[in-house]
Amino acid sequence: MSGIILPGADGALYPRDRAWHPPANTPGYKSTTFRAPKHALLSLGGTASELTGPTFGHSSINPLDNDLIRNFSQDGSEAIGQRLIVYGQVLDENARAVPNTLVEFWQANAGGRYRHKKEAYLAPLDPNFGGCGRALTDENGFYSFRTVKPGAYPWPNGGNDWRPAHIHFSVFGHAFAQRLITQMYFEGDPMIWQCPIVGSIADKSAIDQLIARLDRHNTTPMDALAYRFDIVLRGRRSTMFENKLEGN
Amino acid sequence: MLHPVPTLKETPSQTAGPYVHIGLTPNFAEIRGVYATDPGSTMLTPDTKGERITIAGRIFDGSGAPVNDALVELWQADGDGSYVPPMGPSSNAAPAFTGWGRQPTNGEGVFSFATIKPGPVPGPDGKLMAPHVNLWIVARGINIGLQTRLYFEDEAEANGTDFVLNKIMDPRRRQTLIARREEGDPVRYMLEIHLQGDKETVFFDM
Repeated sequence: MSGIILPGADGALYPRDRAWHPPANTPGYKSTTFRAPKHALLSLGGTASELTGPTFGHSSINPLDNDLIRNFSQDGSEAIGQRLIVYGQVLDENARAVPNTLVEFWQANAGGRYRHKKEAYLAPLDPNFGGCGRALTDENGFYSFRTVKPGAYPWPNGGNDWRPAHIHFSVFGHAFAQRLITQMYFEGDPMIWQCPIVGSIADKSAIDQLIARLDRHNTTPMDALAYRFDIVLRGRRSTMFENKLEGN
Repeated sequence: MLHPVPTLKETPSQTAGPYVHIGLTPNFAEIRGVYATDPGSTMLTPDTKGERITIAGRIFDGSGAPVNDALVELWQADGDGSYVPPMGPSSNAAPAFTGWGRQPTNGEGVFSFATIKPGPVPGPDGKLMAPHVNLWIVARGINIGLQTRLYFEDEAEANGTDFVLNKIMDPRRRQTLIARREEGDPVRYMLEIHLQGDKETVFFDM
């Protein structure tokens, strides 16, 4: 039998609620106009091809991979900006922890400048900040990293659009159909509610799920503030009978 | 017995944006020294069994322009039709074949994977599905990753009975998933992917 199905999670995935996710075409975010399919998506129940996915061992991760303050340092100096610990738990829709899964993140520097050749914003690069990192979740689904708070930055969409401070996230889960890319925002940022990319999501409670909470309890005194951002991946129906492969 | 229901909502998707390469292919983005190599840049090892091939595609938007800032991930079975088993948390043994690759598109919207031709995998109907690879496309302007499959032109008989291809009601649209075989060493399979328009590729909700 091809396709490895994890113990206790061998049913079909719950269907994606595509009214909760942003639709493909959201005119306020202009780039979607020519990049949104017009045909309906074809529903596919899920075969071994979708219910399996790549996994990553701890040997593929280096100790500095989750320390954006130091992982691009040129001379031992640290990145400039408001020092943060960002952490959270990766769960599935059944509220079960997702252990040993790869979480990747990328962001602009404290001034809102990305280290990318297509980026021409006049805010300067920080020579000690690259902007990328990754972590594997532990046995309870927790990840964490150290970084500086990214700045807001302007982008050519409307005449005067600015992205709120945000960190991009990529999460794998254990099935290729769980693959997710999203963005994390910061509690209390008034720019969240003015952004056409945030506004591609219709439901305010869905947007709220993208807003990390200031966590004073896990803040390191005299060093770094902490923000908590939990991530929920698609869950699987349980299998009721051992000899019945379909979900119930 | 009651059917179980999900208790949490999935985290909503957002676009990967134009600078996705910083996080997912930093060396391609000229951010050197953080990762030794970009994740997914190499799928093969000297021990990989199977027929070496190139899988390539070119992505177009609804105006016909190439999508030059996309990121594509590929997930496939090995030459025997088995998906690579999950790695344990303490595993140091890399599999001979990863099954997973990640590549950016270039200035012409072209992506390319050096891989092997996958074997057929059992489908939900108990029959073998035709050889295929799974593709996931993210980019600026794509709010939620697009999932599709690439099939092989020289597997016409298997394609004719494939569980997924036969779910596509309009037979002309099935052709949007079938890559053209181009002779060479290795053989290259090339697929045109259209995000929108008359030649729009079939995308899945899986």
